Amino acid sequence: MTMNIAALALLDGLAYASLLFLVAVGLTLIFGVLGILNVAHGSLYAIGAYATATLGQWLVAQGFNPWLTFPGMIVAAVAVGVLLGGLIERLLLQRIYSKDPVLQLLVTFAVFMILENLQRMIWGVQPYFMSTPLTVLGNVRLLGINYTAYQVLFLPAAALVVLFTLRYFLRHTNMGAQILAVTEDREAATAIGINASRVYFMTFVIGACFAALGGALATPTTSLVTGMGANMIVLSFAVAATAGLGQIEGAAISALIIGIARSFAVYLSPEIEVIMPYLIMVLVLLVRPNGLFGKETVRKI
Amino acid sequence: MNKFSGAASAAALIAALAPAGAFAQDKPAELNIGITTYSSGAASVFGVPARHAAEMLAERINAKGGIDGVPIKLHFIDEGAGLETLLTEYRRLVEDEGMDVMFASISSGVCNKIAPLAEDLEVINFMWDCGTQRILEDDDYDYVFRTQANATPEVLAPLAYLLKHHPEFKTLAVVNQDYAWGRDSWEIFQAALKSQRPDVEVVAELFPAFGAADFSAEVSRLQALQPDVILSTSWGGDLDTFVRQAGQRGLFDQSLFVLPLAESSLQRLGDSLPEGAIVGARGDHYFQHPERRDDPEFKKFNEDFKARTGEYPIYSVYHMVQAFAALEAVYDKAIAANGGAWPEKEQIAEAMAGLEFQGLGRPLSIREDGQAVEAQLVGMTGTSEAFPFKIIKNIEIYDAEPLMAPVGEESLDWIGKFEPGRLDISGTPFEN
Amino acid sequence: MKKGLVAFALLLALALLPFAASNMVVFATMVMAKGLAVLGILVLLRADQVSFGHAMFFAAGAYTAAFLTAAWRDIDLILLLVATLAVTGIAGLLIGVFVTRYRGIFFGMINLAFSMVLYSILEKAFHITGGSDGLRIRRPTLLGFEFSRSEFDLVMFYVVLAVAAACCVLVGRYLLSPLGQALRAVKTNETRVEYLGLSAKSVLLTGYVISAMLCGLGGVLMGLVQGLASPEHAFWSRSAELVFIAVLGGQGHIAGAFAGTLVFEWVRTSAAALLDDSWQLILGVTLIAIILWAPGGLIQLWHRLAGRRTSSDRTGSESGVAE
Repeated sequence: MTMNIAALALLDGLAYASLLFLVAVGLTLIFGVLGILNVAHGSLYAIGAYATATLGQWLVAQGFNPWLTFPGMIVAAVAVGVLLGGLIERLLLQRIYSKDPVLQLLVTFAVFMILENLQRMIWGVQPYFMSTPLTVLGNVRLLGINYTAYQVLFLPAAALVVLFTLRYFLRHTNMGAQILAVTEDREAATAIGINASRVYFMTFVIGACFAALGGALATPTTSLVTGMGANMIVLSFAVAATAGLGQIEGAAISALIIGIARSFAVYLSPEIEVIMPYLIMVLVLLVRPNGLFGKETVRKI
Repeated sequence: MNKFSGAASAAALIAALAPAGAFAQDKPAELNIGITTYSSGAASVFGVPARHAAEMLAERINAKGGIDGVPIKLHFIDEGAGLETLLTEYRRLVEDEGMDVMFASISSGVCNKIAPLAEDLEVINFMWDCGTQRILEDDDYDYVFRTQANATPEVLAPLAYLLKHHPEFKTLAVVNQDYAWGRDSWEIFQAALKSQRPDVEVVAELFPAFGAADFSAEVSRLQALQPDVILSTSWGGDLDTFVRQAGQRGLFDQSLFVLPLAESSLQRLGDSLPEGAIVGARGDHYFQHPERRDDPEFKKFNEDFKARTGEYPIYSVYHMVQAFAALEAVYDKAIAANGGAWPEKEQIAEAMAGLEFQGLGRPLSIREDGQAVEAQLVGMTGTSEAFPFKIIKNIEIYDAEPLMAPVGEESLDWIGKFEPGRLDISGTPFEN
Repeated sequence: MKKGLVAFALLLALALLPFAASNMVVFATMVMAKGLAVLGILVLLRADQVSFGHAMFFAAGAYTAAFLTAAWRDIDLILLLVATLAVTGIAGLLIGVFVTRYRGIFFGMINLAFSMVLYSILEKAFHITGGSDGLRIRRPTLLGFEFSRSEFDLVMFYVVLAVAAACCVLVGRYLLSPLGQALRAVKTNETRVEYLGLSAKSVLLTGYVISAMLCGLGGVLMGLVQGLASPEHAFWSRSAELVFIAVLGGQGHIAGAFAGTLVFEWVRTSAAALLDDSWQLILGVTLIAIILWAPGGLIQLWHRLAGRRTSSDRTGSESGVAE
């Protein structure tokens, strides 16, 4: 019985952790390269979700094959990420790279407020549903419990694909090498001819696409409501900070820790479920200020 | 900054602080009604239809000349904007815009905070939709009234129905929203269940956050526990999401669902609801109300509403109808009592006790504690050729009196005295 | 001493506000209460540290009032303020001991983490904290007098005005004191602080406790005006809002805290009239404009408009009207 509960909690936690990772990885990537903690990441997540729902509902209403909603999720996410992410970087962030980190953070908070408002203006305040991808994949039966294949198979698989693609991209492609070089030392990288502002732009757009993808993949499992972005941003902060800002593999592990801790709480003590992510974050940061996997930064004296 | 004269402002201050004088009231140019309802957030699935209903009803009343010749003007406040904004806005409407009557609110949590504020501001307030029974049981109010039932009959009626139609259950789990209504309704249900069926084991009490978007872990846990009955007094987007996720994963096959508020989700959920789930409507509200469905007034309203919004009315709409019915009735009564002259708000408040009015269900009356007595409709989901969603079958309509704590008694104390068999009561049964 | 005169004139003008525009009283009270919390943020900004969790002290103030007024119906307002100062002072000290080890973004994050823990607890512990509905704050007495709603509004206005004026003076003094001056040194060069014989950590800790108490005062006063303590008070976006207002008003200016709050709340309430549901949009654009083109905030704009030369060092020794 206890073993069973542990296994169930693991499965629920895995599905939840996959979504958390998908969102947090973009946040941590942007911080790692640009040094900006992007509060608007939560809005990109929400808008990615709404765009997916709109596109998916349209596809279904037009009588297209329901499987088309899968590529639909990616199309919506990339469109939102490139369009909004690109605009934000070009119009705003470029002007503030030299400013105080606090002001940079506040600019992204301002973008967050603007996007939250625009999202309400475009999609209104009624909840949205688009569960077609969940339905077409059907259920799997594990340990006598029905799970949706989407949540226990597809989402973890998607998270793994993102994790390994990103690793490969950073370590084995030219663009990835440039990103890493700029992260290490912007001036030296510029000196050897790397276009740093292009690297910043690419990184931000990629990160924004991940946020929107997280929203897109979350769409079938949930109902889209206003405020979902505000809740997700603080959760993905918790994941990224627990791992150490800028740690991509670390984000995967801390997403797992937080996701699984949360679902164990549902089984053992439902009252503390919502506190878990933040409790973990506080405890980790108190012991390791730079997060579980973060490197000690040299304090400027 | 220094354009004012001291004397004038001192006079203004005194006027602001002095109690309203007891002068004969002139007929106002318009009757200002402030309404709080959810325009945003998950609960807007209730609030938006109710708002449409309010606009429709005001148009109707104004088309026939208003109330005693005074046209109605509506002012809306969004409950979804958060309690702080709501309380500030409520005060602004009452103090600065001079509302005559307030209808507030949908959420029990909001009602808990609004009721003392209304009493403070001395403005007539109809609690038109919120469920918690506590407010009028815990304190005496002069200006706060409820134009529909409260949590006690709304929860006891589905329980009585469950005990009658599916007495064989042994285990039960609850999944309620984590706020005043979810907690209070479970407290009532649990106390009453214990008194009637002490053998039933409660295997899980889950209170996911209000507005939670994901119930995956809760659904897994319920599947592992396999309770005979799953109770959820959730509503709106939360209920929809929970039902969809539960249905997707086959929870309906192993447990009987008791959803006392699901009448409001029938149209949105379509095929996601199973057959045979017990659903209630927080009163006798249903667009196919078996006693009213052939009534031309009832049919006309439903058709107009459908034409306006594309949907059939749900219980929040009928609650709004009742609030307006009470408004018209109480002004008629107070004007008659005042010798045909326009009444003061104190006279309106006095006229509320014993008021009789009828919305689009059975007739209602207001008790001396300001609480309305309202019949309860409970049934089971079934399929119909006529509608692309589940309908309510095997309806029973319960009289409210036996399901309500008497005036001056608190519901939980009253339920604490239940004898076994106390809830072996039937409503008026209807075929189909 | 021209500034002292200006401050006195402003105070006098505000004290007469209820006679001039009685419908503005509640709004002005809320602006001043929230301004107190922003003042707290401002103290930390002196050391260039930004907390994204200070709303937790704001909430602590409001909940202190809620619990105490529920337990003792006739509790005095003064007692509530003293209790809040004690609660938030101790909480600020306990949390401050941990968080003042961090700087920059980590300081912001660890504060955020603490505030979200408090938020989750407030939202979840239904039977103690009222859950997501929050708790009602009953009207306290003042010096033994009971008040009706409209009297109480007026009383609160003068109480908040007095508290805000006192805090301005005290914070002004503090910022000019060696401890307060050392805050600026934490910003520029921590070792220099240590050379002066002060520990950077204790300098920051003092500032942290003071800022926590200011936020607590803001919270308890706001809670009393609204009659509500809600978990929303502790949510991260509230903390960010406070920082937002501090930057909007102008970092380093006591007057900026209140000017920023006034503009923020004014936009929030009047944006609805301009375009339905657009206050976030308007405020967001405003903030970006301020950061890009007027990093000194409203106070700098005011100086520019008034044709006065801006001080070469914005965050210099001038600390606003209260000097």
